[in-house]
Amino acid sequence: MPNPVTAGSPEPAIALDIIKQFGGEIPFLKALSTTVDFLDRGRCGLSVPWGENLVGDASTGTVHGGVITTLLDSASGMAVFSVIPRLMQIATLDLRIDYLRPGAPHIDIKAEADCYRISKNVAFVRGRAFQDGDREIASSLATFMLDSSSL
Amino acid sequence: MPDYLEQLRDAKARRAPQDMIRAIPYLDFLGVTVREEEGDLICVLPFQDKLVGNLTLPALHGGVIGSLLESVALLQLIWTLDNATLPRTINTSLDFLRTGQAKETYARGRITKQGRRVANVRAEAWQDGPSRPIAAAHGHFLLG
Repeated sequence: MPNPVTAGSPEPAIALDIIKQFGGEIPFLKALSTTVDFLDRGRCGLSVPWGENLVGDASTGTVHGGVITTLLDSASGMAVFSVIPRLMQIATLDLRIDYLRPGAPHIDIKAEADCYRISKNVAFVRGRAFQDGDREIASSLATFMLDSSSL
Repeated sequence: MPDYLEQLRDAKARRAPQDMIRAIPYLDFLGVTVREEEGDLICVLPFQDKLVGNLTLPALHGGVIGSLLESVALLQLIWTLDNATLPRTINTSLDFLRTGQAKETYARGRITKQGRRVANVRAEAWQDGPSRPIAAAHGHFLLG
């Protein structure tokens, strides 16, 4: 199914390899040992291995919500990069996250984001975080300001 | 691990908020410290290279700022309420207002409403004084 964001767009786009490389160099994602699982036009998947140092509740071993926030913010941002016509600064305007259930310990955390609408100035992204195939632990909505260096 | 809650209760009893952070591995990993000012907790996040999300600017990762805001909200709840269990985050809504620069960041949370089962907390993060917030959040937290 063609992506509604990019289908028929006359604009060029940034090479996906460049975006992946760019994402791989982000220090905080490196600090979390993040990997890019996939990157398509409008969609991005990231994962983080569970680690003792990411735990927010030591009585259960559940990762801190901030880890999920980071993954969803980054996956959403990379999904936006995949559909904009050229390299530019983008900035998260807002990010709303529902925590559906606690994350299970010792299992990788994955996030997927889908940039479903892009206008001249703003990109809109949905995301979800999950473990173990499709056990959803969070869902998100984010908006991004495009070309934020010229605000 | 029941001694975990005990650790938090003990930190509260001794009015030593920093000891709560020692019980939360991820906050230790971020390098968050906390102090009390007239019943309000102020979280402090010293800058570290590993916290960067944008190498060009450079700027703190939005997820780092979100982590700080959610944490200060949770810590303020634990500090204020007398609950048998830890509050659990139901949802958070983050507004990013200014670039998080490569320097020390502060955050504070205010309990807007406390019900029997749920609390609403607003939190703000700043660098150049609280009147210039870099991010604001509100969240709902399930109480034990």
